Amino acid sequence: MIKIDTQYIAEKIRIEIDKISCEVEPSCRAALREAFEKEQSKAAKFALSVMNENIDLAIAEHKPVCQDTGMAVVFLEIGNEVILTGKLLQHAIDEAVKDAYVTLRKSVLDPVTRINTNTNTPAVVHTSIVEGKNVKIQIMLKGFGSENMSKVYLLNPAQGLEEAKRLIVDTVAVAGSNPCPPVILGVGLGGTLEKASLMSKHALFRKIGSKNPTPHLDDLEKELLAKINSLGIGAQGFCGKVSALGVFIESYPTHISSLPVAINVLCHCSRASEIIIDGEKEGEICQI
Amino acid sequence: MSDIKRLKLPLTKDAMRDLKAGDMVRLDGDMLVFRDAGHKRLYQSILDGNQAFDFTGETIYFMGPCPSRNGEALGSAGPTTSCRMDKYTPYMLDNGLAAQIGKGKRDVASTEAFKRNGCVYFAAIGGAGAIYGKCIKKAEVLHFEDLGTEAVRRITVEDFPVVVAIDGNGNSIYR
Repeated sequence: MIKIDTQYIAEKIRIEIDKISCEVEPSCRAALREAFEKEQSKAAKFALSVMNENIDLAIAEHKPVCQDTGMAVVFLEIGNEVILTGKLLQHAIDEAVKDAYVTLRKSVLDPVTRINTNTNTPAVVHTSIVEGKNVKIQIMLKGFGSENMSKVYLLNPAQGLEEAKRLIVDTVAVAGSNPCPPVILGVGLGGTLEKASLMSKHALFRKIGSKNPTPHLDDLEKELLAKINSLGIGAQGFCGKVSALGVFIESYPTHISSLPVAINVLCHCSRASEIIIDGEKEGEICQI
Repeated sequence: MSDIKRLKLPLTKDAMRDLKAGDMVRLDGDMLVFRDAGHKRLYQSILDGNQAFDFTGETIYFMGPCPSRNGEALGSAGPTTSCRMDKYTPYMLDNGLAAQIGKGKRDVASTEAFKRNGCVYFAAIGGAGAIYGKCIKKAEVLHFEDLGTEAVRRITVEDFPVVVAIDGNGNSIYR
């Protein structure tokens, strides 16, 4: 077995938040530059030029790309040969988030009293157990201009995939300018209400331009991206050719009665990254 | 770009009359900054008959900043989604507010209020927090300090890039 201290994981997260708050995920940055070249509408091109200039400035001066430095969402895949030692995982991560957000915006509050926690904690942490000796950390600073435009539907089988496709495109159409387009869409198809939602968030970690390993989902992603870009929303909703940079789908078997569809909208400033802790190199080998 | 207009704040009705949806503008001068919680509390104070502060002739920027770093006036400072402030907008425009700055489409009642009052709604570029932070030369908290990033601030900006999203005739850049 391999022992890894939760504070070791938390420190990685702290460093990563400081880094990704002040940059945009590289494949997303490249896609925005390409969008500027492609765009012909004057206002949307102006918006893209400001957006690209902003990313360059944020990186050069190490300042947050967007003032909405989001809520910290962490997916952890923990190898089944790993023992986590030290503080409770959630506590260790929250301490790291609190430290990282001293120079970032504190946007997290109690949903009932609306009193700010002033630390941007708690983080939203999802864990799963996988085979192996490593810990994979995926972290996203999720802004809520786009989160608020997200949707979940529980369709019946008679409505089927055609209705799911219509609703996915419609989500982007209705969101319009609000989620800071061009957007990135994560879609969860199947499972249950919460499984579909989780998949829709997790799908947002895919790199722009990457292929879906499942051919029929890859075809579906391409079809949806083309439909969304034909809406004419454009950067910032100023009307134009590029309304989305990518559509990423994850699927899971579902019940005979249902077709759950979750659509998670992400803005053009994807602040997401992935770290792998190599258990054999970074952990402590132990016998149990 | 060569076709960018420059305007000084506060905005006069005459200056706003010359603006058309789609115009690119650079703003210089003072504006108020607050968003959801600040609007909610101000509106409640009006309903209670004890208005917390005056906004006559002001331009309001919907924004909640990051903390400042390295001695700058404010940290990153891009716009937030304006439609969440639609509930308060007709009242405020009918009672002397000059203009608003945010991002995204507005509802019918707000759009009509801009038209009725010859006022303007500017769109700032969402996500461009670092650039807008750099445009802010001075910042101070005026009211509701306990709201943290959502407190009411006065800021002084230079060369602040916006697009006229709804003009005084009610024309909108959004579909």
